[in-house]
Amino acid sequence: MLAFYGKQFSSRLLLGTARYPSPTIMQEAIRASGAEIVTVSLRRESAGGRIGNAFWDLIRELNVAVLPNTAGCHTVQEAVTTAQLARELFGTPWVKLEVIGDNETLQPDPIGLVEAAGILIKDGFDVFPYCTEDLTVALRLREIGCQVIMPWAAPIGSARGITNRDALKLMRARLPDVILVVDAGLGAPSHAAEALELGYDAVLLNTAVAKARDPVNMAKAFRHAVDAGRIAYEAGLMGPRDFASPSTPVVGTPFWHAVS
Amino acid sequence: MLVMLNGERVEIAARNLTALLSEKDYEHTNLAIAVNQRVVPRTAWSDTTLNSGDQIEIITPRQGG
Repeated sequence: MLAFYGKQFSSRLLLGTARYPSPTIMQEAIRASGAEIVTVSLRRESAGGRIGNAFWDLIRELNVAVLPNTAGCHTVQEAVTTAQLARELFGTPWVKLEVIGDNETLQPDPIGLVEAAGILIKDGFDVFPYCTEDLTVALRLREIGCQVIMPWAAPIGSARGITNRDALKLMRARLPDVILVVDAGLGAPSHAAEALELGYDAVLLNTAVAKARDPVNMAKAFRHAVDAGRIAYEAGLMGPRDFASPSTPVVGTPFWHAVS
Repeated sequence: MLVMLNGERVEIAARNLTALLSEKDYEHTNLAIAVNQRVVPRTAWSDTTLNSGDQIEIITPRQGG
């Protein structure tokens, strides 16, 4: 079991709700993934529109926890106000905090992120900050009270997988008491398995499932990969070696040292 | 009076948020509202007086990653 701010979950896969071919496929993919937490966002509603209601009904049918994000926010003020709107709208203190610093890479602004996280924690929020693999930023986030930290593997939607494995390993080693989630940039189930093998508690992804040719089966594949990665981590992976080490016993080899 | 509603300048007759939701056909919708970048809780909608030039954001759930 895994606890996010005191709530227990058995799935280690958090899934986004955007970019699916249809609402029905989104629902089926979420069910197939086994995810118990899904990310959502909030946007302006047009006069007379009921788009938000239709989407929200679909999510409620799934009986999952929702993690609202502050996607698209570029300033501390925007992110804080968006988080407060999300709390009002979804009735949860949880927020996936995004403060974007660069439009090309959607790289988080670490300075704005730490500042916004501090304001929100004081306001009673449970903050899930989306950050880079920078250890110092993660240490600051823990210092101000984040129990969960979510470093990227690679830029959002890039499908590149873990691009800075050493930094993610270091973060895991230095923050053993924090729930660490690899968020963004995962493209294949093997990427998710690698994150879990490194000791990360969970992964959060969206595009890799939503944009697959068959999102429902891809969701299933990620579910198995996450399980495999976690079991492998718990089983204890052997370390790499510089030289070969025979797996077949040498003792008793026929013709061993035979003289020709 | 003129206000900014979801980024657009519009003329409204309503003098509070509850009346605005009725005027603009937002009733029975799952909403959150901010006025001038301050969130207004649902319980305060009818007591929140609107003024000319107010920036009103009316927000609903959407898909997200």
